[in-house]
Amino acid sequence: MAANSAVAHRTSTGLDSWKLGFWVFLGSETLFFGSLISTYMVYKNESVVGPFPTEILNIPLTSVSTFVLLMSSLAMVIALDAVQRGKRAGSLFWIMAVIALGALFIGFQAYEFTHFYHEGLTLQTNLFGSSFFILTGFHGAHVTLGVIWLAILWLDALRGKLPPEKSLRLEIAGLYWHFVDIVWIAIFTLIYLIE
Amino acid sequence: MATESGTASVQHETHGAHATVGTYVLIGVILTVITAVEVAVFYIPALASVLVPILIVLSTTKFVIVVLFYMHLRYDSPLFRRVFFGPLLLALFVVIGLIVLFKYLPRFDPI
Repeated sequence: MAANSAVAHRTSTGLDSWKLGFWVFLGSETLFFGSLISTYMVYKNESVVGPFPTEILNIPLTSVSTFVLLMSSLAMVIALDAVQRGKRAGSLFWIMAVIALGALFIGFQAYEFTHFYHEGLTLQTNLFGSSFFILTGFHGAHVTLGVIWLAILWLDALRGKLPPEKSLRLEIAGLYWHFVDIVWIAIFTLIYLIE
Repeated sequence: MATESGTASVQHETHGAHATVGTYVLIGVILTVITAVEVAVFYIPALASVLVPILIVLSTTKFVIVVLFYMHLRYDSPLFRRVFFGPLLLALFVVIGLIVLFKYLPRFDPI
């Protein structure tokens, strides 16, 4: 994708078209998640049957998963730095760290969803359940896609196909990953901490 | 459209100077501390009346730090900032608009 990207994708803006296009995509994603968040906020206290958010949301557990996702963003920028400097061992280690932390976050979410299901909260239970599962489920799907994307890049790095001149591939994956992180920053505050 | 000199420009914009690993780690520590403060504030009953503004300020700070440093918008082309913050502003209007519409304006039952 980004082989000799500076030559292959130069534009009248002087910017790489892949990267510019990806920023436009992220801009559209803000509207996507903005719509889901506002739907949750509108329906938040409208449920007529439980479980209600204050009864079921686990703040300590979610705080830990939030920390995990923040640390994955830190690992991501260090991985990009390693790839740009041509440090193969460092690249492999830090990309794998992002994958592991992302997978751990998904594990936390799977546990939370299972727990909620056993507590009687499903997509059909009430407005809180519907909007909560749709919002956090779409976010979890984004994280899952990011983990798969990074696993592909890790395999490329393992085969020596991610040299510094192709670091834009990881940089764009990193933009996606950080975006998923900032969406969670908003979700953690608006859905979990503000009652 | 593009000139030969554009190549160097692309290289500069794509792989421009970013923060050091030390800065990234420092930012990671700051983000962790802010998250810890958010959770602590949540559990302090005395702050219940000002919980929402405090949390919004703290989470906005985290959001901006990640976007500027980890997503490199502080160092990259201003055009990237525009194509991201423009739709983000629209998204904020959507969120605020829908909340005001459904939560704060009177509802009229259809006849």
